[in-house]
Amino acid sequence: MNPGSALAAAAHHPGFLSPTGVEITFVLVGLATLGAALLTVTTRQLVHAALWLVVALGGLAVEYLLLTAEFIAWVQVLIYVGSVVVLLLFGLMLTRAPIGRSPDADSGNRWVAVAVAGAAAVTLVWVVVDAFRSTWIDVHGAVQGTSHATGTSLFRHWVLPFEALSVLLLAALVGAIVLSRRDDGGKETQ
Amino acid sequence: MNDTLDVVLRLVGVLVVFLVLPLLVGQTEHKVMAHMQGRLGPMYAGGFHGWAQLVADGVKFAQKEDIVPADADRRIFQLAPAVALLPYLLVLIAIPVGPHGFVGQALDAGLFFVLAVMGVGVLGSLMAGWASANKFSLLGALRTAAQLLAYELPMLLAAASVAMAAGTLSLPGIVESYHWWWTPWQLLGGLVFFTAGLAELQRPPFDMPVADSEIIFGAYTEYTGLRFALFLLSEYAGIVVLSGLTTVLFLGGWHGPWSGSVGWLWTLLKAALLSFVVIWLRVSYPRLREDQLQKLAWTVLIPLSLAQIALTGVVKVVIS
Repeated sequence: MNPGSALAAAAHHPGFLSPTGVEITFVLVGLATLGAALLTVTTRQLVHAALWLVVALGGLAVEYLLLTAEFIAWVQVLIYVGSVVVLLLFGLMLTRAPIGRSPDADSGNRWVAVAVAGAAAVTLVWVVVDAFRSTWIDVHGAVQGTSHATGTSLFRHWVLPFEALSVLLLAALVGAIVLSRRDDGGKETQ
Repeated sequence: MNDTLDVVLRLVGVLVVFLVLPLLVGQTEHKVMAHMQGRLGPMYAGGFHGWAQLVADGVKFAQKEDIVPADADRRIFQLAPAVALLPYLLVLIAIPVGPHGFVGQALDAGLFFVLAVMGVGVLGSLMAGWASANKFSLLGALRTAAQLLAYELPMLLAAASVAMAAGTLSLPGIVESYHWWWTPWQLLGGLVFFTAGLAELQRPPFDMPVADSEIIFGAYTEYTGLRFALFLLSEYAGIVVLSGLTTVLFLGGWHGPWSGSVGWLWTLLKAALLSFVVIWLRVSYPRLREDQLQKLAWTVLIPLSLAQIALTGVVKVVIS
């Protein structure tokens, strides 16, 4: 984009002081998501933490929807809410999931964890803000996050990272199977 | 204003379908099972062949005392039925019934939406099983989770095969690009999808999570009254959704003679036929054991669905 058109585009930008309904909704859902995320890490009940995580991840999906990224939103629901959290709950129920408080659920690494999480959050926010400084999405125009648009950009510009990720996940899968079979390997071959 | 009215009318329509069709399936199940077993089934309620049996059941459930066990996690225990039921209501919005926009809301990634939201329903069973403070409930919830994790994958892969064939993720778009030879072409995928869907609904022969002779009623053991009725309703709504989805994806939805005028009737007819098959399977197959369940998913359904995807890809490349 040349400077002239960038300036012209900047002149049409909506201001921060006259928010539209979508923007207000976005901020409110964001606050709810943040609240649920905080409850996830502060609640003393293990299973409640997992359920608050559902709320937080669902809130993120709603944010994607508000940004017209329909495809990503449903993938978020499918993978995170439908599979990852179910796996998490499954693991909790298999091991230890008391009703009520778990006094031993606290870790001694609390402050280190806060520092790492804070650093990660600052980095991510900084990168995203720097990348999309003043880009506005026209939510009333053509939908920009359709599966067609997402697929085109994924398989035209991001094929190599996509394939690299697939190989990484495959390696993780094979590794997980090997690890889980090692213990009773002797019994299996009886 | 007209747009708002349109949206409201569509949502009311979906709600009516959601409230009526599961009851119809339930009543059909009563009668079909009875006749297959040489009985008559309900005959008194409402007069004519017991047509109002489920209405009477509903009144009975509403009158029962709502009990929460003393040791239970109250809020989660009470929330669970809603979490189990609402996803099916949301899914119904996206299933197309007839041509020319006869659908609650046409979504660009409708297929993804439907599968994603259906997967959320199982959280309801997990919450119910855990919050009941009952070991049978917990066992049932564990079996539910294990079953869902195993059967979600073949279901997704089979659906992906259809999306590849149609070249779109939109459910009305998939039906529009349907040709009659799709059904034999996608037959394998269709069988995998239907079987995996049955397993996700925990319908017999995949009802290990609620096996009454072993763990009473699984995750729903401690529930009474309306909340229990909501769980039952979600099972029958699930049958409606599964039959509707299989119809749309594999049987051509509204396609059939005079589909321009009575297309919606074809969709309903095909879905009703599939619902009948669901009931039929319940009375004719014994329950699978837990290890047989897992084995069926991982060693039969997933390889079959992968083979279907390969076949779809090859045919798609050859004909294009």
